[in-house]
Amino acid sequence: MKSLLKDHAKIIHAIAASEEIIGRKKLQKMVYIAKKMTFPFQERFQFHFYGPYSEELTLRVEELCNMGFLDEWKEKKGGYYQYRYTLTDNGKEFLSLNPVSMPNIQEIMSDMNNQNARFLELVSTILYFDNLPKEEVIEKVFTLKSKQRYTEEEIDQAYQYIANLKEKAVKTDC
Amino acid sequence: MTYPMEKLREEKVFKDPVHRYVHVRDRVIWDLIGTKEFQRLRRIKQLGTTYLTFHGAEHSRFNHSLGVYEIVRRIADDVFKGSPEWNEEDRLLSLCAALLHDLGHGPFSHSFEKVFDLDHEYFTRAIILGETEVNKVLSKVSKDFPKKVAEVIAKTSKNKLVVSLISSQIDADRMDYLQRDAYFTGVSYGHFDMERILRVMQPTEDQVVFKQSGMHAVEDYIMSRYQMYWQVYFHPVTRSAEVILTKILHRAKQLHETSYSFKSQPVHFYSMFNGEMKLQDYIKLDEAVILYYFQMWQEEEDSILRDLCCRFMNRNLYKYSEFDPAKEYKKLAELSILFERAGIDPDYYLVVDSSSDLPYDFYRPGEEEERLPIQLLMKKGDIRELSRESEIVDAISGKRRTDHKLYYPADFLYDDSSEPAIKKEIRRLLDLE
Repeated sequence: MKSLLKDHAKIIHAIAASEEIIGRKKLQKMVYIAKKMTFPFQERFQFHFYGPYSEELTLRVEELCNMGFLDEWKEKKGGYYQYRYTLTDNGKEFLSLNPVSMPNIQEIMSDMNNQNARFLELVSTILYFDNLPKEEVIEKVFTLKSKQRYTEEEIDQAYQYIANLKEKAVKTDC
Repeated sequence: MTYPMEKLREEKVFKDPVHRYVHVRDRVIWDLIGTKEFQRLRRIKQLGTTYLTFHGAEHSRFNHSLGVYEIVRRIADDVFKGSPEWNEEDRLLSLCAALLHDLGHGPFSHSFEKVFDLDHEYFTRAIILGETEVNKVLSKVSKDFPKKVAEVIAKTSKNKLVVSLISSQIDADRMDYLQRDAYFTGVSYGHFDMERILRVMQPTEDQVVFKQSGMHAVEDYIMSRYQMYWQVYFHPVTRSAEVILTKILHRAKQLHETSYSFKSQPVHFYSMFNGEMKLQDYIKLDEAVILYYFQMWQEEEDSILRDLCCRFMNRNLYKYSEFDPAKEYKKLAELSILFERAGIDPDYYLVVDSSSDLPYDFYRPGEEEERLPIQLLMKKGDIRELSRESEIVDAISGKRRTDHKLYYPADFLYDDSSEPAIKKEIRRLLDLE
């Protein structure tokens, strides 16, 4: 079907590469970070309470659920609900009809999927301010994310993680 | 008197159809309005292609920016002044952020951003922080003042009260555009009692709250927003014009990439085509420039570009059908093949367009799409989230409405001078027979 619905196909591909993603926040951060690693996602992100967030991505995921390409499982988790996303058989069929070329995204998505949402929130926040020097980024994290109480050690780990991901993304391009 | 505090000898006023008058007393604000980057907003329509549906919608981002400034000025000078939670030093920061919040919008920005991967928020920051007349004015206030203004607009400022004035579920931006867009489109929706809302606003440390007695005015605002989105902003004819505009840009870009020789060289597009948009090139763009090219491209050799530009300039828009992606995505694939067989390129002439809106949402711990909720200040002094008190708002809270449409040039499909059988089949699939 040529380019119609190709942006939907990219999101399905990313979720397929992760096998399963638990949590809407985690899904948002994973796509944002992948986009910053130059994977060609079209959704636009703005800074939000939990860091970069895309209304367009929320909408697209909801559409994919309505289209029967994604399964969304809602689970009660303490005082709130958590959402779990997997690909349906129809989604697999759609992807086979609409192949997406994002070589080795699987490695990046799997790696991120092994991290927790809190850490990915920190990583994505650092990437959002990647035009600023590190000292200013740290100040931003401490002021805008004061409730998360990130430590300097965690921020260093996040920087290291970004460097590692970038290396993988460069390998991806080759 | 220092520059940040300097007042004009005589107050300047702009006549305004929504607020009656926009009052300017601060030298800084007057100087900002006079910059070339702010004056550029006169040449960018607030509602993009909506004028092709509602002929009155020719108002500009300049009008709207002044309106947002005026609302924030009234909040700061008439409502918050003297309140212990309001820091008078934040007044100028709030006014400048309100005035400049849309500074980076380009012509028909929705389509341009999509096709060329641009971001108006990036350009708002770039104009405020770069080598511009706006930056020169702001830097005269203090060295770090441009950065503070940019952070408020980007919602990354630690001053959450000021951010919430410009950007929240009930902010000066929305209060102005709902009323202004209703006025210029001529629709009867979009009206609400802003005077009442301003009177019941109170500052807190990190956001604005509303006295319980003003709840019905706030309800009215939420409902008018809901109606404006579906009656005006997502109007299917406006979306048709936007679909064609987007396709013109795609076509021009594709032709450039295949070294097509334009009769009218798209000089102003080169940096976009090459993905190297510089600030100074961006500032030169406005709707007059873009429409000049569309006018000229009506005489291009390339039949697709020529046709799309003729359609846009002469309002010969695509027709539309309701489309349910969940049930009809296979039909879409079938249509795409038939379009190709009929010699109508589906990349340009078969388009799914979706609109979606969430009229109001409230905080749910742990979820990502939380928005800053509207808080009511109850008579006993406690704070309650709006949808817990208002049954009307509760009924629409968290409920996203989405609409999908399939756009196509019906005139091509009824032209049986070529491939009549295939076109008949397309018409059958689209329920046009």
